[in-house]
Amino acid sequence: MAEAIARGKLIPPYLLSTPALLLYCALLLTPMLMTFLLSFNSFDLYTGIKPDYSLANYLEVIQDKYFHVIFLRTFGMALVVTLICALLGAPEAYILNRMANPWKSLFLLAVLGPLLISVVVRTLGWALLFGKEGAINQTLMGLGLVDEPVKLIFTSTGVVIALVHVLVPFMVISVWASLQKLDPATERAGLSLGASQFTVLRRVVVPQVMPGVLSGSLIVFALTASAFATPSILGGRRLKVVATTAYDEYLNTLNWPLGAAIAILLLAANVIIITSYNRVIEKKYAEAFG
Amino acid sequence: MSRNGPIALIFHTAFIVFMLAPLVVVCLVAFTSKGYISMPTEGFSLRWFRAILENPDFIDAFLMSLYLAIVSASIALAISVPASLAIARHRFPGRAAFTAFFLSPLMIPHVVLGVSFLRFFTEVGLSGTFIGLALSHVIIIMPYALRLVLASVTGLSRAAESAAVSLGASNWTVFRRITLPLIVPGIAGGWVLAFITSFDELTMTVFVASPSTITLPVRMYNHITETIDPLIASLSAALIFVTVIFMVILDRLYGLDKLLVGRGN
Repeated sequence: MAEAIARGKLIPPYLLSTPALLLYCALLLTPMLMTFLLSFNSFDLYTGIKPDYSLANYLEVIQDKYFHVIFLRTFGMALVVTLICALLGAPEAYILNRMANPWKSLFLLAVLGPLLISVVVRTLGWALLFGKEGAINQTLMGLGLVDEPVKLIFTSTGVVIALVHVLVPFMVISVWASLQKLDPATERAGLSLGASQFTVLRRVVVPQVMPGVLSGSLIVFALTASAFATPSILGGRRLKVVATTAYDEYLNTLNWPLGAAIAILLLAANVIIITSYNRVIEKKYAEAFG
Repeated sequence: MSRNGPIALIFHTAFIVFMLAPLVVVCLVAFTSKGYISMPTEGFSLRWFRAILENPDFIDAFLMSLYLAIVSASIALAISVPASLAIARHRFPGRAAFTAFFLSPLMIPHVVLGVSFLRFFTEVGLSGTFIGLALSHVIIIMPYALRLVLASVTGLSRAAESAAVSLGASNWTVFRRITLPLIVPGIAGGWVLAFITSFDELTMTVFVASPSTITLPVRMYNHITETIDPLIASLSAALIFVTVIFMVILDRLYGLDKLLVGRGN
């Protein structure tokens, strides 16, 4: 009987996972592998994709200034957006957490709710605000702060503002999650021992929510680096990022092998950054708590 | 508990204005009576909402998105439940690798998935088909479904199941009469999150959708890249209204923070 249970326990998990495994092998592993192989093929304007293998596409991306600018812009933007999200999202999560209900749940809904609304809609909102006759320029000119409309649409500033708006909820939610684990007694203990509010914040709260800020940063960075809709709508043709470049190679130039190489490089950069970031953070916390 | 100082409250107000401004602007512009983008300064008009109904393109795309999200969320859940039971209930070689594998689509940029599916579907003859589109959505939403179902299975006490087994119930009866009813909240939450993720997906779908399977986000994206008019604003506003209603219901049922923690993680 015991043997039957032991045997019964060993067989089902594989059986239960089979549908998922089959689906993933057919529809995730195979397409990814095909794209990887495709990135080594060459492309001819007249005959299309040629089944030969070389590193030409990768060399083109690595050697061409045009692609350097795009990759630098993408990861530079990701860095700036991540920093701004941390500086805005973490304090906001802390403030929200100190509010009393019903305000707390109401404002939490206002901050997290936009995540459920399509990125296209949220970006459209910024496109409307950024226009020459848009609310931002009307306000600035009305207040006499500027004489002529500030150009925000088709600029990287505009794209960064909109990306912060799209992604800052992830930071708030990540910091929020770590604040829920924070014992309010530690804050009170600090205050009762004579520390100022600021000292308590700096020495008690910040170190405890740091893991939340760091994991939120990772999410925001990865999502900004691969963002498509916002840079495409607000950046236009000239302000290209990696995702929109891959899109153009696939659907406009039809140079799929080059597009595949760009996509593989984006994936590789993302994976390298995520894993090395995790490793550094883990090491840091192992030292602090080990 | 409201101990936030004045500086904190000013910061908070500015933050909330920043979060809501673009959505409010979309909703205001949607009510304009003019033929171009402008604030409804001369009274509110519903003409651009009526215009949506006169555009079969958008209605078709909306129905396609709805249908696609229902089909792909249901497939994703049907696959996630057994996989979650395997991962949460059993210790077996490869368990950690399976879990990482099933959650891996979260790590892959959607543009990379998009180009991969485009190539794959072209090669196997599924390009432009609904089934291809639905399966590609299943891959994207699986991690969300899996995570919520997994959480509900992990927190489950096995006492009732053991009792049923000792009373002679078969495995299938135990699952159907005991386990499944207990994890229904997790399944429902996972389905809703999967549905929303599929309904809103643009970056991957832009590569895979054909004229006959175009989804609402793709249709809207194509429209915006050509022209920004009050029609697209009223359509967006309609989507915002529907989402807000949906959101309030979800918040009442689950708590939005619980549902969204770790989304995109």
